[in-house]
Amino acid sequence: MSSARSDMEVISLVLKGDQQAYSELVERYREYVFTLALRFCRNREDAEEVAQDIFIKVYRSLADFKGTSKFSTWLYTITYNTSVTFLRKRKMDTRSIDDEQTFVQLENQESSFGANQMEQKSRVNHVNEAIRQLSADDAQIITLFYKGEQSLEEIGMIMGMEPNTVKVRLHRARHKLKEKLEKDYRSEAI
Amino acid sequence: MYTREQIEQHIWDYIDGLSTPQEKLMVEKLLHTDPVWRSVHEELTSLHTMINGTDLLEEPSMRFNRNVMEEVSKYKIAPPASSYINKKIIFGIAAFFLVTILGLLGYVFMAFDFSSASGNSTPLINTKDFSFDFSKYFNSTVLNLFLFMDVIAGLLLLDRYLRRKKEKEIGQLHN
Repeated sequence: MSSARSDMEVISLVLKGDQQAYSELVERYREYVFTLALRFCRNREDAEEVAQDIFIKVYRSLADFKGTSKFSTWLYTITYNTSVTFLRKRKMDTRSIDDEQTFVQLENQESSFGANQMEQKSRVNHVNEAIRQLSADDAQIITLFYKGEQSLEEIGMIMGMEPNTVKVRLHRARHKLKEKLEKDYRSEAI
Repeated sequence: MYTREQIEQHIWDYIDGLSTPQEKLMVEKLLHTDPVWRSVHEELTSLHTMINGTDLLEEPSMRFNRNVMEEVSKYKIAPPASSYINKKIIFGIAAFFLVTILGLLGYVFMAFDFSSASGNSTPLINTKDFSFDFSKYFNSTVLNLFLFMDVIAGLLLLDRYLRRKKEKEIGQLHN
């Protein structure tokens, strides 16, 4: 994010009628919004649709952004709420996907890469896959904390939780992630 | 003696920079003296470095930006919520409740028999002068239920009316 213009500067340009300036914000945050949506939707098509809706929603309500928090925090709050609403509409399971059924789904996805490629998976893939196996909320917390540059208070604002609850959940999420990675490495070593 | 979970919590706080100065000193001391704390610290630090060094972000399709901008071009920025929330309605509702509360308080004070506050058995509130026989008007369960349903229906209609009005106003501003 080494853009010359700050988020607030871009927003004021958009509010003055420069619609094209909005593409700067889309470019800056598209990966974040898409990844956070993907944590809930689990499939790229749906996540892309949700991410697109989020950017339209954000554009339409840009005048409501008062600048009292970071733009990213406001954007991720809309992302979180829109993703949760999408899931409710789809009646999908928002809980941990540790259950057998989803494991089968994940295994099927993995098998499409082929056995050789599976063996050559990098550490990056291991971590990403382990995160995908966490519950949507846990994956969201880890993504927001490590990549979204959000503090515990800000994550609390985004997800409607107390900062202390976020802290506990972050600990638990990392603990689960560690267990999954260990299991993954162990099974690979056999 | 700390449990493994407690050790992890303290060390995560230390790594994340969330420990208080006292906790930080305690953790640093234990890291120097206790091999268990040291090994947990090594484990967690390597996990922390691993997550930090991993590109967790996924990329949407190549057309994503263009799709968003095409969609966005169909819309206009909505005015801030504060501009279309009708303050008159809010003040009207507030005034209604205020008048109701004041009316009730007035009724209670007017019915209050100050002369009987000396401790005799006469009730403090003289209801005889202000007798309003509710049972004359609300004497059956069916009637009460009917009135209740009316109130609900009225609120729903009011809600629908206000929503339509708001949508119209937003539509006008967009056109």
